[in-house]
Amino acid sequence: MTADLSVELCGIRLEHPIINGSGTFDALAARRAFGEELDRRFPFSAFVSKTITLEPRAGNPPPRLYETPAGMINSIGLPNRGLEGFLGEDLPKLATLPVPLIVSVMAISREAFSTLVDRVGARDEVAAIELNVSCPNVKSGLIVGEQPEETRALLDSVRPLTEKPLIVKLTPNCAEPEAVAAAAEGAGADAVSLINTLRATALDPRTGERWLGGGSGGLSGPAVRPVALDQVRRVAESCSIPVIGMGGIESGSDALAFQRLGATAVAVGTASFRDPGAAGRIRSELSAELAAAGLDALPVREAASTSS
Amino acid sequence: MSERVLAPFGRRAASLSANSPTDGYRLISAIDREGPMPRSGQFYMLAAPGWGGEAGRPYLPRAFSVAEAGPAADGVRLDFLLEAIGPGTERLAALESGGQLEITGPLGRPFSMPRELHDGAQGAILVGGGIGIAPLAILRRELAERGVPQRVLLGFRDREHSGGLDLFRCSEVRLASEDGHAGHQGYVTDLLAVLLEGDAPEGAVVYACGPPAMLEAVRSMCAERGVAAELAMETPMACGFGSCFGCAVPLAGGGYLRLCVDGPTVPADRIDTALVAGSGH
Repeated sequence: MTADLSVELCGIRLEHPIINGSGTFDALAARRAFGEELDRRFPFSAFVSKTITLEPRAGNPPPRLYETPAGMINSIGLPNRGLEGFLGEDLPKLATLPVPLIVSVMAISREAFSTLVDRVGARDEVAAIELNVSCPNVKSGLIVGEQPEETRALLDSVRPLTEKPLIVKLTPNCAEPEAVAAAAEGAGADAVSLINTLRATALDPRTGERWLGGGSGGLSGPAVRPVALDQVRRVAESCSIPVIGMGGIESGSDALAFQRLGATAVAVGTASFRDPGAAGRIRSELSAELAAAGLDALPVREAASTSS
Repeated sequence: MSERVLAPFGRRAASLSANSPTDGYRLISAIDREGPMPRSGQFYMLAAPGWGGEAGRPYLPRAFSVAEAGPAADGVRLDFLLEAIGPGTERLAALESGGQLEITGPLGRPFSMPRELHDGAQGAILVGGGIGIAPLAILRRELAERGVPQRVLLGFRDREHSGGLDLFRCSEVRLASEDGHAGHQGYVTDLLAVLLEGDAPEGAVVYACGPPAMLEAVRSMCAERGVAAELAMETPMACGFGSCFGCAVPLAGGGYLRLCVDGPTVPADRIDTALVAGSGH
């Protein structure tokens, strides 16, 4: 018997629970490298775009990467074409992917966030919007996603602007991500995704100076998985909206672990750097894991079913 | 245009058919049963099976330009030149013939043909330094097959860093070495300067691959003389297919290119310097 891997995420039917983490897979660049085979073997059940900002960004000066034990630090700096370039050039191409499209957006003011949500949400090609809140509010100087109140205020601004599902991408760099998740849910978020990268710094072994051109960066890969599992558990226990779990997923058993702790869907990120087809392998392994456990469907989250 | 050869989607296993020492480097050959024949200038992400070691590294695959490729009984033979300098290359260097090598590729933009770099190009000068001679071997063959006249200039630090010359067998090569063990004592760019000042064929274009300081010297010499050049560059990269945005190279006029999908071959007039922070490690 083959287990049914399909899931429903904020009203979006997904063939299986494995999507990509924002900023870890560029489908348009991958088409240049792999051609049409990418679309035929597309490994994700939904595609999450790289984060879009209002204005174009070139990104951080190199070096941008540092390999760590069981992972890597990146300091990329959100290079992107800006809203107009995305809507005009990238979105029509991304719309031809064989899966639903989730667009990630970020801004340092509520006004700019509102423009992004309004304009992106108005496009039929977009199934959902992910709010990247790992950024400062230029007025308060606080990182939005580290503060329940900031997160609530942002949702209050953007929630009325679209009927599309809003997913809040939580940062792990705070004491209580579950409090931020609860604030997001209270202000109308449809789902949360976590974890983003852990703030991290690397030194140049030759000079002792900081290595990354951007100063600090974010740690990802298997090194962060235990942290991610615990944060997903805490968030899933304290809110009832769907949770998209991610952080160092490398195998089907990793994916199942996140789902046992309450994730509705999971995202593969850094593992795709090692193998662009990693998510396809993880899906097959997840299927086998379920069969071996005698399950015919994915685990159901108890907290969600009792509190919603 | 020199069209890039597309890669099969996903990482796949190739079998190592040879791994031999060559004056400080290793020349490894792998049989790729599924993949296409690559073009010169393209690269592969290589990894030994699994990841981690005593220090939890390597985690990521490493990028290597293909040095030569040819048909084999059961697929395509791919040759790579590598030097064991860190956790990733040490594991690759230790792989045994008959063992498994994980590959993704061919990736990236091939070398341009001479007339794509310069309308009136009638010949090519290939300038390689150290382990950077690798992609010039397959380029030399492709140019020879098209009847393009060429000069090959290769430079090495010392005898312990001078491997891979067998890749250029059957071709006339001028050598330079900093320790004077072979050819001109000095830099390979000394040889280039002589060619550019002297009897270089009118309209020759320059192809170069080597350490950042050598590439920058080539870039600046060619820019001063109005000679078209294309550089095969290297930066750290996590993925090789445009997703990690880690391999940023500053462009002349601002912004960055992604070396993995927009390069690794870069027309020299696209950049202001070949010295990119973090590369050459």
